[in-house]
Amino acid sequence: MAATPLVGVLALQGDVPEHLKALTASGARATTVRRPEELARLDGLVLPGGESTTISKLAALFGLTGPLRARIAEGLPVYGTCAGMILLADKILDPRAGQETFGGIDMIVRRNAFGRQNESFEASVAVTGIEGPPVDGVFIRAPWVESTGAATEVLATYGGHPVAVRQGNALATSFHPELTGDHRLHGHFTELVRAAA
Amino acid sequence: MSSTPPATPAAPATGTARVKRGMAEQLKGGVIMDVVTPEQAKIAEDAGAVAVMALERVPADIRKDGGVARMSDPDMIESIIEAVSIPVMAKSRIGHFVEAQVLQSLGVDYIDESEVLTPADEANHSDKWSFTTPFVCGATNLGEALRRVAEGAAMIRSKGEAGTGNVVEAVRHLRQIKAEIGRLAACDQHELYAAAKELRAPYELVAETAALGRLPVVLFSAGGVATPADAALMRQLGAEGVFVGSGIFKSGDPARRAAAIVRATTFFDDPKAVADASRNLGEAMVGINCDTLPETERYANRGW
Repeated sequence: MAATPLVGVLALQGDVPEHLKALTASGARATTVRRPEELARLDGLVLPGGESTTISKLAALFGLTGPLRARIAEGLPVYGTCAGMILLADKILDPRAGQETFGGIDMIVRRNAFGRQNESFEASVAVTGIEGPPVDGVFIRAPWVESTGAATEVLATYGGHPVAVRQGNALATSFHPELTGDHRLHGHFTELVRAAA
Repeated sequence: MSSTPPATPAAPATGTARVKRGMAEQLKGGVIMDVVTPEQAKIAEDAGAVAVMALERVPADIRKDGGVARMSDPDMIESIIEAVSIPVMAKSRIGHFVEAQVLQSLGVDYIDESEVLTPADEANHSDKWSFTTPFVCGATNLGEALRRVAEGAAMIRSKGEAGTGNVVEAVRHLRQIKAEIGRLAACDQHELYAAAKELRAPYELVAETAALGRLPVVLFSAGGVATPADAALMRQLGAEGVFVGSGIFKSGDPARRAAAIVRATTFFDDPKAVADASRNLGEAMVGINCDTLPETERYANRGW
């Protein structure tokens, strides 16, 4: 396979540039994705932080929901942070009317589970599979995982709730490594993309 | 599941600069819409707004009605918080830190210390570091933007001229900020001290901006955006997202116009998509020519 995999960042809305930077620093070629026809050539995909209701509405509006769901179901490696985690959940506990996810991880997530912006916080989080000291977890109106299926591996918890999970080639965190300059999780994901290609 | 995850100690830290600025990063590429009722907030959310700004009157009505414009009724803000799941922002008067305290206690996600309301202090803005809730502030130039960041603002919006439906001032202010950043980036180390003096902004923030080639916080545009093409224009000029005030709910078909502005903001660099978004939107808000606006009625002059 190509030595440098091509990883797309869904660029409907959210902290896209930070993900592009983290992926590039991790040795991937990073590109933005806004249209269905841009999905085919990707080796991996990142669903960024942003507003999950907004991103899912825009994806539906622009005809991306079905194609994204199909690519993820085929096994395209995918990493979602915060809003991206919600979009990767097979089920949302308290969805807005008509809010659809792309699925990919057998789990139920609770949106804004850690509270509104006043409750947003930073804390150290040790993540299984990430070498070295714990990562600095930046939780912004963050979700947590309410429950997981048999195939879903919990990689980290905070306050008794799963905040990093993996199922097959799909990875999700409640927090935002892209805001910290610590690229270990993006490096981990890039390795996953390499291995899958 | 099989593995046992490692334990995670360490006390959480709320209200950090990273958490406040990071919140604004999540809004990038989005449209933040002024709303005055829960019903409007739902229309905005359904149209794909990334956040709503809860206020008592949209700027066009504040202009028309005159009088002192203040923070909104807490009941109204709470009913909007109840109505939507996207973030809710609300405005305090410049320097009115008690209004800001009230907004924080209500649990709004962002406070806009806004020139659209009547200033409460003609010398000082609020000390925004003392709040857990992050602040967005308006600016017409780089020095003003960095003074607000020095006071703790976690997001900046170019001011424009709110309530006019005329994008000319938004363009002027965003171009001004971008041009000044460009000039800073070309300064050598010796020149940065004098640049800080000229900008009337702290040296550290000036040096950081020069090194980054951008503001240390997210930069949106505001004040006069009324059409999909206006929104795309501000994005192409370098705004990371847009605030739309009177332009939506003072137009003929708010739901349709709101969705169209969102579409044009996402596909800002695709003229065909902007064209599609611009079709059959009904009446735009009428608009005011800014050069006929008396100096005393220019909101952009408020703030120091």
